[in-house]
Amino acid sequence: MVRRRLSDVAVKSRLEGLADVVLDAAKKSKDPAISIPVRSLSNVTFDPKRRIIEMGENTQDRTFFNLGMARKFMQTMLIGAACKELFEEKVTTSLRELYYRTKHTLAGSSENTFDDQAESDPIIEDLEVTLDSLREELHVRAESAGTIVGPVTLVDDGDVIDCARLGKGGYAVPSIVEPEEIKIKKCSAKFILLVEKGTQWNRLSEDKFWKKHNCVLLTGNGQPPRGVRRLTRRLHDEYKLPVYVLVDNDPWGYYIYSVVKQGSINLAYESQRMAIPDAKFIGLSSRDPEKYKLPRNVGIKLNDKDISRAKEILAYPWFKKKEWQEEIKHMIASGLKYELDALANKNFRYLTTDYLPRKLREKDWLD
Amino acid sequence: MPRGARERNRLRSAAQFPLRPPRPSVKSLGFETRVAREKRTTQKDPPPNETKAAPEIAQKLAAKQREISISEFFTKNRHLLGFDSPRRALLTAVKEAVDNALDACEEAEIKPEVAVKIEAVANGAEPPASVFQAERFRVTVEDNGPGIVKEQISKIFAKLLYGSKFHRLRMSRGQQGIGISAAGMYGQLTTGKPTRVISRIGSKKQAHYMEIALDTKKNEPIVGVNRTTDWDRPHGTSVSIEMEGRYAEGRQSIEEYLEQTSIANPHVVLTYVSPKGETKTYPAAVAVLPHAPKEIKPHPHGIELGILLKMLQDTPSRWVSGFLSSDFSRVSPRLAAQICREAGIDPKAKPRRLGGAEAEALYKVIQKTKIMAPPTDCLSPIGEPQILAGLAKQIRADFYTAVTRRPAVYRGNPFVIEAGLAFGSGNFAQKQKEAAEEGPKAEGEDNDKEVEMARLMRFANRVPLLYQQSACAIHKSVIETNWRSYGVGQSRGALPQGPMVIFVHMASVWVPFTSESKEAIASYDEILKEVKLALQEAGRRLGVYVRRRELAQAEFKRRNIFALYIPEVAAATRKLKGKAVDIEALKARLQKMAVKLTGGEKTDALLKKNNPVAQLPSTIVAGEENIKQQAPNDKQTDKRKKRQ
Ligand SMILES: Nc1ncnc2c1ncn2[C@@H]1O[C@H](COP(=O)(O)OP(=O)(O)OP(=O)(O)O)[C@@H](O)[C@H]1O
Ligand SMILES: [Mg+2]
Repeated sequence: MVRRRLSDVAVKSRLEGLADVVLDAAKKSKDPAISIPVRSLSNVTFDPKRRIIEMGENTQDRTFFNLGMARKFMQTMLIGAACKELFEEKVTTSLRELYYRTKHTLAGSSENTFDDQAESDPIIEDLEVTLDSLREELHVRAESAGTIVGPVTLVDDGDVIDCARLGKGGYAVPSIVEPEEIKIKKCSAKFILLVEKGTQWNRLSEDKFWKKHNCVLLTGNGQPPRGVRRLTRRLHDEYKLPVYVLVDNDPWGYYIYSVVKQGSINLAYESQRMAIPDAKFIGLSSRDPEKYKLPRNVGIKLNDKDISRAKEILAYPWFKKKEWQEEIKHMIASGLKYELDALANKNFRYLTTDYLPRKLREKDWLD
Repeated sequence: MPRGARERNRLRSAAQFPLRPPRPSVKSLGFETRVAREKRTTQKDPPPNETKAAPEIAQKLAAKQREISISEFFTKNRHLLGFDSPRRALLTAVKEAVDNALDACEEAEIKPEVAVKIEAVANGAEPPASVFQAERFRVTVEDNGPGIVKEQISKIFAKLLYGSKFHRLRMSRGQQGIGISAAGMYGQLTTGKPTRVISRIGSKKQAHYMEIALDTKKNEPIVGVNRTTDWDRPHGTSVSIEMEGRYAEGRQSIEEYLEQTSIANPHVVLTYVSPKGETKTYPAAVAVLPHAPKEIKPHPHGIELGILLKMLQDTPSRWVSGFLSSDFSRVSPRLAAQICREAGIDPKAKPRRLGGAEAEALYKVIQKTKIMAPPTDCLSPIGEPQILAGLAKQIRADFYTAVTRRPAVYRGNPFVIEAGLAFGSGNFAQKQKEAAEEGPKAEGEDNDKEVEMARLMRFANRVPLLYQQSACAIHKSVIETNWRSYGVGQSRGALPQGPMVIFVHMASVWVPFTSESKEAIASYDEILKEVKLALQEAGRRLGVYVRRRELAQAEFKRRNIFALYIPEVAAATRKLKGKAVDIEALKARLQKMAVKLTGGEKTDALLKKNNPVAQLPSTIVAGEENIKQQAPNDKQTDKRKKRQ
């Protein structure tokens, strides 16, 4: 099901296709146009059978002789050329370095090719979808901001890493975890717990929760980066481990869960190799404060932004299940959101000793 | 009659001369009303609801009631005349003297040359460390006007409410006969020094030198030195006043006043020697003098009942009908007879004998009778070419326009509104070039440009108004004008934004100031409306210019953008595809496509031919050509130029 990783040769020839666009157009005296798939809610569909978000067929032409697009066209060409350079030099780079590499002042003006990184990042994403090549295949690293601990043994650059013997700190998940880079040598865990926040991950790691419950603990510090999502997916695929997601009880928590489960809207083209349609939502649920008797004063009032975001989420096709509609509506009705940290109100180890064990025992999760 | 009341009446009659221009509003002006009010407050009238023991209180109060000398009044009411702070006092003194000089020159049909000199004067032994710390100054204003006969000098400079302009309805800078003597008195009160005057009325006569102080109790001049002197000017007047003051630069400074005076009076040559010793000259930009305004009689619709009563008393006419037709403008003998008939008054009745009820009936009939608008030859607007010359002379801008409205009338007073705009910083083409040459910018560096507010210049009878801007009808009209529709930014209730000078002038036989310091014009609907109409016309022209400039800029930018990006795209193509790509050939090809796609030379021609700015009336555009000359790859245009 997952598409095989493209070879450098294949990506290189796709990159050269950009140059052909310009050369052909110049020959025919036509406006050069790059056809770019649209990356927005209007161009994603939820496939109910495969249970992932997929990108639609809509594309938009980015042409050069058009005032609104000329700059972006020029930028696309610059980033494309910089990727070619990465291949030639046989290096990988970060988004930020790529920004600095391609930033310069246009001759005879005070205009810069890029004003800030916010301008160059989306161009990479455009290239990924246009060339149907992942950023790793373009030699661009995603940010790595995740950690793993648990009974898993990985091989990274020939080094054998036993994630059960790395103390409290765990192993930093790199941004590229494809089999060519990272091998999973052994895994005896029974399930994966993916935690939204580093604080709770630390708590569970310190308490050796993974040992007692024989699981893998992963966190992405907020919205999990690609490396974390991809590693989770590989453990799920290769060792058939169930995945439980633990997030704050707020609209952003729901969305993080849905990104893990069926992919993100902006990067829908990655769903195929990232999404885990079987992932479960273990908490915090809007029912938990009652069930676990969290006092009202550790809740936070939903603001206008929260409420409108929650309503947006209610409307996503992948949240249409009855339980989910009830879950979200219950949060809106209560007018409150809760952070995972609020569990500490009971006692510092409440998450480790009470909350999660009971959740697992009662199989109290949402799908 | 108690002495206080007598004094009050004397002042009132001094102020209400028969031909006194109609008062625009009861509360807005009257110096005498304020004197009266001042009296009342000194007397401490009991509040009306307090009724006990009135006779005893009256007795007590009587002991306190006494005459208030003019100097006491002046000291308490400095702000009314513009002497409330040392800084403003210095400006007001200059202003009063310069206004007088210009009035006098123009009346004598002499091209005015006025010299202003301000010197810091040591107060005691030690001279001040810097002119900004100095507390005492000598203001000297010299003109080449007709001069003043020696018998008049003392009264003009040392008697309040003495002048030649109050008693007639004619457009002039001064109106009240207070200005210069108030400045002299302020000097006397703060330094004890008399006003020094030199005046000469012709080359055959000797110049006269006089030192005059003011008897502040009697409002009479005290003449000190009084002799003839040598003076190099054939005719003219020099006034010198020593006074407490503060020197300042920038907004509301003497320099600003002189600059604006020179804009609104481009026929005048001004020289200014500042306390720092620097000399600045404001040259004339037009050779001809403004045409001399005619004197007119008041229009019947502009008077109040009180003034009608006074005029009935003072008229030399023996019949009411004669009084109506000879003391007012636009009243024919036939119309006078008709008014009398409708008011039920015998046309041959003696004006002085008319009872209160009859006078009131007469007043009411006058108000509702249709009477032709007053004549307008009493007005001497600056004129569109003159405003343009004045603005272009002092303000650096890219676009200038001027509008003189047709005369209009408020409360029987004819007036003309004029507006001018100077837009841009005068270096539009230069700026574009600089922007292109600025060099690399760091992240976030581009966004810190400040919003500049337009500068408003207000004038009444060619005199700049520097204070009380927000209380003025002109300001109100400017902020109520929708500048956005002319392509200029503006937030609600504020002046428009951008590098712009807004010039508005009101010319009238009687400018309705909100107070005696003559700084803000009262908001009559007719005035607001006229100012807005003038601004709208000027704004429309500005809009045409701004849109065209944007168009030229966009076109320039469009071509420029492609020209900027082509080398990048070509270089990237080569990087991607390798050495096989002929980068120069690719650039040339793309370049050719760019010119073709932006309309090529056709666009240039079109822009030139239908230049709507060139067809605007009373408008100057600076440096238009430069914009186009800069567009790169504009080879066609260049060739055409060479051929010419
Ligand atoms: N430089 C001068 N040359 C000739 N006449 C002068 C000069 N300065 C003043 N006068 C005469 O003196 C009179 C009094 O001047 P003053 O400034 O006191 O009053 P004003 O100009 O009539 O009114 P305002 O109080 O509004 O200034 C003037 O009306 C004018 O006739
Ligand atoms: Mg005067």
